[in-house]
Amino acid sequence: MSVTTLPSRRIIQQRQPGWIVRLFDYKPFLIVMCLTPAIGLLAVFLTYPLGLGVWLAFTDTTIGKRGVFIGFENFQYLVTDPLWWNAVFYSVFYTAIATIGKFALGFYLALLLNNHFRFKSLLRAIILLPWIVPTVLSALAFWWIYDPQFSIISYLLVDVLHIRTTNIDFLGTPWAARFSLIAANIWRGIPFVAISLLAGLQTISPSLYEAAMLDGASAWQRFRFITFPMMLPILAIVMTFSIIFTFTDFQLVYAITRGGPVNSTHLLATLAFQRGIAGGELGEGAAIAVSMIPFLVFATLFSYFGLARRKWQQGEAND
Amino acid sequence: MKNDITRRDALALGVSAAALAATGASAQSAIKAADVPAPKFAIEKGASLRMLRPVRFVQADEDVFRANCAKFTKETGVEVKVDFVGWEDINQQTAVTSNSGAGPDIIIGFSDAPHIYVDKLVELTDVADYLGKKYGGWQNLAKAYGKKAKSDAWIGLPFGATAGPLIYRKSILKSVGFDKAPEDLAGFLDLCQKLQKAGKPAGFALGNAVGDGNGFADWMLWSHNASLLDEEGNVTINSKETIAALNYVKQLYPTFIAGTPSWNDVSNNRAYSSQEIALTANGVSLYFSLKNDPATKAIAEDSEHQLLPKFLAPISPMSGLTLNAMLFKHSQYPNASKALLTYLMEKDQYEPWLNANSGYWSQPLGSYADAKVWTEDPKVAIFKNTMNSNYYAGYKGPISTATGAVRADYVTVQMFAAVATGASTPEAAAAEAEQRAKRYFRRQTR
Repeated sequence: MSVTTLPSRRIIQQRQPGWIVRLFDYKPFLIVMCLTPAIGLLAVFLTYPLGLGVWLAFTDTTIGKRGVFIGFENFQYLVTDPLWWNAVFYSVFYTAIATIGKFALGFYLALLLNNHFRFKSLLRAIILLPWIVPTVLSALAFWWIYDPQFSIISYLLVDVLHIRTTNIDFLGTPWAARFSLIAANIWRGIPFVAISLLAGLQTISPSLYEAAMLDGASAWQRFRFITFPMMLPILAIVMTFSIIFTFTDFQLVYAITRGGPVNSTHLLATLAFQRGIAGGELGEGAAIAVSMIPFLVFATLFSYFGLARRKWQQGEAND
Repeated sequence: MKNDITRRDALALGVSAAALAATGASAQSAIKAADVPAPKFAIEKGASLRMLRPVRFVQADEDVFRANCAKFTKETGVEVKVDFVGWEDINQQTAVTSNSGAGPDIIIGFSDAPHIYVDKLVELTDVADYLGKKYGGWQNLAKAYGKKAKSDAWIGLPFGATAGPLIYRKSILKSVGFDKAPEDLAGFLDLCQKLQKAGKPAGFALGNAVGDGNGFADWMLWSHNASLLDEEGNVTINSKETIAALNYVKQLYPTFIAGTPSWNDVSNNRAYSSQEIALTANGVSLYFSLKNDPATKAIAEDSEHQLLPKFLAPISPMSGLTLNAMLFKHSQYPNASKALLTYLMEKDQYEPWLNANSGYWSQPLGSYADAKVWTEDPKVAIFKNTMNSNYYAGYKGPISTATGAVRADYVTVQMFAAVATGASTPEAAAAEAEQRAKRYFRRQTR
């Protein structure tokens, strides 16, 4: 008897899972285990800094001195500060014009790249270059291009082509500087838009175009009634990203003009850095950064609801 | 290139060079030292020190500095580790050190840094008093930056300063009928107008340039007897003197080379080096970079430095960027730190270091004016009295956190740029600067 029961007990013991295995089979434990790293990372690197930033906006903390809670004082001051309004204006203007430019040119480029031609893949890779180059490097390049004394464009126009007699002052006057920065931002942003939209274009079934051509649709009609509507969802996503990237841009402006001349090119991000880190007023800098949030939320909602939620996509009639 | 020399080699080289320099110096040193008993700092057992300072201008600076510290280690047994940090990073590193209460024992920062972190610092009055008595007294700028406002407590120990006087092309000024820049407002304007007609205009930074932009704005303010603050620390920027300075810059600006509102700290160096401009204001580094490059040596020979014209001010209103050492309360070895700071400022160490810097830094203590470096190159001799200036950032108020912040936020630079470019009237620009400055100073006056 005992001889036969012993092996059978051993088998039972082997079948009975160990406590570790049982622990890992326990669903609540597993959920906690799997989520902890992700939540931990989010909390440490996202929630905490964001929360700290929002908290700082309501204090008068400076570098080197712990602040106290002062309510909305920072925001009250900002509303009376012409420089903040200036930065708000230019941030919105910069984002709007640069986004329009990037999408017009990026979409056009995507349509061109969608055709068949030789060295297609190579060219597509080259197109990405402006986006791959670190922003600071391209900013430095533009800084030289826009230099009042050593600009390559001025050199070509003055010394080579003799079209002008004086150098172009790209960054010396407010509007010239604003548009120069926007041009640099468009140049940098086109590849992202173009490649994303190209991916979208390639998902459109060729049969749609064939059908339209059989019906005698012109190239414009094919674009207007097939390409454009089919692209709207991806346009919405790409535009949301693009607006966020542009609105929060820092490096281009900081490296090229530092917000000058006379503060005309400060974005909210550069102004926040200028006041918070260089000026040492951490509380006020944080308040400027926090003041960007409503704009970002609005821009995101606008592009999302304005472009993405069309009724026909949900099976209803388009009106 | 020399760059293949490792740090260890450089150190060894430096030690021997410094030893040579030190022995040479003691043989023929002209530095007068009073007979003052040295304070006895009871160096803590097992002490070791960490120090942070801005990177060198010239290799010899680092070599001699390291050699001096190595000598200190040899004599006292206290390990000293020195880290050299980029100029742009030193403020941030100081902020982190101060807020976290950990890190280096000593940081050599810039100008007003000790006034920002005053709560976290050990007073250095005993060190400063001893050195001042021994070496001919502390100079004005050293007193302004070293001492806590309205007191005799030293919170920083100035190591040297560097200023930004005028630099101009002798031959070009001569060709328009000037031997040097005139000291009166009308004459200086006339010079700039003639230079512009000659196609080699003047250029002064009106852009967001921490050094050059603020340097030009300060010069214009102080030379018109305007100032950011009064002695009590009240904001007095919106004054009739400031309006006069703004109106003058409005006249002056059209004579500048195009693009100065977008200039940063290197722009005028580039424009001067490429012979686009004949007159600007800059630190001695521009002269040395021209002199040391065979391609531009001729420009250096044709260049001359001149103290900033005083216009309506009693003396040339020129301040200097000051190296200012701080000893943090979190240091476990304050006595060893004080001993090291004292040691570095003593003749046997400081004189070779000052000479090694070939004029980039000028001394904070009167006696060191007799150092050899000031007789070597007549074009550099002008920097000798940099620290004798009555003017400092935040003149004439007490130095505080806010004085540095106003500079870092370019409040006065933008006031001038706004008027120069026609973006605002002088009255509106001065009022806006006042509002911005008051915001920064609100805690100082509260």
